[in-house]
Amino acid sequence: MSADALATPAGQFPDTAGHFGRFGGRFVPEALVAALDELDGAWRTAMTDESFQAEFGALLRDYAGTPSLLYSARRFSARIGARVLLKREDLNHTGAHKVRNVLGQALLTKRMGKTRVIAETGAGQHGVATATAAALFDLECVVYMGAVDIERQALNVARMRMLGATVVPVTAGSRTLKDAMNEAMRDWVANVDKTHYLIGTAAGPHPFPAMVRDFVRGIGDEARQQCLDLTGALPDAVTACVGGGSNALGIFHAFVGDPGVRLYGFEAGGAGVDTDRHAASITGGRSGVLHGTRTFVLQNADGQTVESHSISAGLDYPGVGPEHAWLHETGRATYLPVTDDEAMAAFELLCRTEGVIPAIESAHALAGTVAIAPKLAAELGREPVIVVNLSGRGDKDVHPAGDYFGILDKESAR
Amino acid sequence: MSRIGVAFDKARADGRAVLVGCMPAGFPTVEGSIAAMTAMVEAGVDVVEVEIPYSDPVMDGPVIQRASDIALAGGVRTADTLRIIEAVAATGAPVVTMTYWNPIEQYGVDAFARDLASAGGTGLITPDLIPEEADEWLAASDAYGLDRTFLVSPSSTDARLAMTVSHCRGFVYATALMGVTGARTQTSDAAPLLVSRVRAVTDLPVGVGLGVSTGAQAGTVAGYADGVIVGSALVRCVLDAPDQAAGLTALRTLSADLAEGVRTP
Repeated sequence: MSADALATPAGQFPDTAGHFGRFGGRFVPEALVAALDELDGAWRTAMTDESFQAEFGALLRDYAGTPSLLYSARRFSARIGARVLLKREDLNHTGAHKVRNVLGQALLTKRMGKTRVIAETGAGQHGVATATAAALFDLECVVYMGAVDIERQALNVARMRMLGATVVPVTAGSRTLKDAMNEAMRDWVANVDKTHYLIGTAAGPHPFPAMVRDFVRGIGDEARQQCLDLTGALPDAVTACVGGGSNALGIFHAFVGDPGVRLYGFEAGGAGVDTDRHAASITGGRSGVLHGTRTFVLQNADGQTVESHSISAGLDYPGVGPEHAWLHETGRATYLPVTDDEAMAAFELLCRTEGVIPAIESAHALAGTVAIAPKLAAELGREPVIVVNLSGRGDKDVHPAGDYFGILDKESAR
Repeated sequence: MSRIGVAFDKARADGRAVLVGCMPAGFPTVEGSIAAMTAMVEAGVDVVEVEIPYSDPVMDGPVIQRASDIALAGGVRTADTLRIIEAVAATGAPVVTMTYWNPIEQYGVDAFARDLASAGGTGLITPDLIPEEADEWLAASDAYGLDRTFLVSPSSTDARLAMTVSHCRGFVYATALMGVTGARTQTSDAAPLLVSRVRAVTDLPVGVGLGVSTGAQAGTVAGYADGVIVGSALVRCVLDAPDQAAGLTALRTLSADLAEGVRTP
């Protein structure tokens, strides 16, 4: 990442209190405000501090393996009628874009003189990434994970433990990601002096949404230059999956100021947004307050959060980062739902045409791209160029995907 | 002056602290929660804090969270909470409402303030709303004459403490410990310091919450605070009881013990 890219931490948004239009802000216990202010100050300082930039840049390059490739997926492209360029975040260390965020926040943790990090995790990917950074930086690490998810993701639980983290099962509420986030918040309130809460996506109270975006915005900065180098022009569209939304913001941010580049975020439509089994907060939710921020939330009439569903554990969250709520409301980005079945069809297509097994999260971005390609081609009168954020690899999804396709033999299917 | 203010003044004149007892609305049922809160008042609780149950209560520990889950699983709605507040206010004790922000935002801030005032509620304690985000509530509470209790914490800077307190009306809620609600064997050393910091910037009464579970602890807190706020220990009386009658008996016993405590600072 270049020094220039880091020089403007917040760009033109959010405002100094973390508002993206009417979204964002801070809806937190007073006990956390001092810690959030401290973090805000540390982040703003770090973003313009040359030694921080140098250290972060070196870690991203030498440890995480970025810049990630921009790969022209010819056989996949031929099947869908668009030139598809895959931003290969799946090739990063730990297998996803998330490593960028955890390295940035772990560096900040050290700078603030804190010795302990906590994190929430759903499928375990952010937990593994946090445990990785904690090992690298010699920080104590506690990961909160829903009891239901611990059962579903035994391998990731083992990975976190190998890396030295303590995994705490959460038995409250629905026993999934949102409850793990509640529990991490409670831990933070009680231990805020020496603890940093390493939130895994661009959600939560200010400064998390803007800070996480800044740590992952290298995805888009790289992709924009790589696309120019490869094709001589900017892409017609940039696409990504959206759960909390960090990978999407990471790739969108560099293109927000390019009016000719369409931005598409694909939400987890689960069994369909006309059912109650989906995780499409923008398409199927409404404005509310959850986990410290105002954004789109899946909720009932009384404002009680309702359970989300997606075949992808990483998208299975009933809220979304506030910057996405704002990009939706301003019309700068378009958000569309992708069902479980559509995502898995695209998953299979990428496996068979390119020899790349995507994360099921990223398969939502691929499926949405398949859906918009013909419309875009008709609109432009030529083959569109689409940059897709392949945010993670599918190793972790071998079991759910194998189940879905019915290709596991009896023993490996348990 | 608000009815809460009157209760604090009266207690101050008697040389004691106010006892604030908290219970989630609709726990274990709508009628059951009215019976529980009525029993608390009859046994010596001065002010009732009715908590609106919420799916994601990040400031509450396991006891209140479980009670809230039970209330929600029983189907309690925000409108039921208003009915409960009305019934408890009929006992004559001031009723303050504690709520996370999203249920209010979804009901409509102005509409909720209007309906809360007409139900006889005195105001709101807002654990996840800081004054910077509270413009709509500041306006609605002014319009309907409701109290506003924001939280202050040991980690609040002097400047934030003064700003937060300047937006309070009725009383100030001092969170004595860095942590969530729940009974503790020892209350906090940080609490007296926090109370004196609040007193340096306001004449409003200061209630201290988080951790009190016995009359003796209540007495200790009453030695330096104007109000002693008890939640989890009272909720546990109902949670752990084999039936409603036993729960009400346990609630009365604990409420009386706590009421004795706030009179012996």
